Amino acid sequence: MEVFSKKGTDDTPSVTLDKDNGVFEFSGRSLPEDVQDFYGPVLEWIEEYGKQANDHTDVIFKLEYFNTASSKMLLDVLLKFEEINDNVGNVVVKWHYHEDEEDMKEAGEEYQDIVSVPFEYVVY
Amino acid sequence: MTKMTGNQDFLEFAYQLYHTMQANEINLVYEGVVTQEITRTFTAMTEKNMAKIEESNQVQRKVFNVMVECLQNISKHADPMSDDENEEHRGIVLVSHGEHSYNVITGNVVKREKKEKLEKSLEYINSLDKEGLSALYKQQIKEGRISEKGGAGLGFIDIAKKSGNKIDYQFKDLTDDLCFFIIITTISRN
Repeated sequence: MEVFSKKGTDDTPSVTLDKDNGVFEFSGRSLPEDVQDFYGPVLEWIEEYGKQANDHTDVIFKLEYFNTASSKMLLDVLLKFEEINDNVGNVVVKWHYHEDEEDMKEAGEEYQDIVSVPFEYVVY
Repeated sequence: MTKMTGNQDFLEFAYQLYHTMQANEINLVYEGVVTQEITRTFTAMTEKNMAKIEESNQVQRKVFNVMVECLQNISKHADPMSDDENEEHRGIVLVSHGEHSYNVITGNVVKREKKEKLEKSLEYINSLDKEGLSALYKQQIKEGRISEKGGAGLGFIDIAKKSGNKIDYQFKDLTDDLCFFIIITTISRN
């Protein structure tokens, strides 16, 4: 599968989706003008990946900030991985947050309440 | 002669504005169209100012958060005063900071018909505690859809959650069909 890679900007996150190397990572800031424009291709890639998923999928979120419109799209991303977890299994979400950022930890916990995928928290 | 008087008035106005801003510790005032570019610029400016005074990371992030949601509310939901295209997505933005808190104040024109719905939703959000807000957020993020305007219907909930304070708001009547909608969010510094 082709690697999906987007370099982050002031208002969009870095995204790396690389099946061969087992790297699935979102980092930086997310407040794009048009969330569907940005996350549409991401969701399509994950959908394709789901048809031929690896034995293990560790999804890394290392986000500094995301706005509410992005939070809805991130839920859609997580729901796609939930589907993969239901079909193939072994999906783990590694939710990183800065030690000062209690709000980011809470955001992870809220997603964990909604999505049935195991979450691990990593403080940096 | 008239021109002189006009300039005098503006000079006086600028001087008064300076005083008012100083007295109220206002760091940023803007009236105009709110775009993604403006949102990026204002949040970056405010971040720089906060970093300069070594504001805590947590407070910086909260102010950033509230500003983005408030500015995007204007760019997505402000109604025009007239049919003029230049009147779209306009609003006022003020950021002030005192010893104990930051205030983010935004205002924009909305159609009167939206007033009741806005009031209801803000009153409900203000009636909830931290757990209540978290529950409402989870319900809305699950059930909501991204609207045509690109919003998720989560803005006010998030503003209340992140600030930890009630959202102050007011509607001022402008015309039979329009009112000016102002919201004030306070972020405590400790």
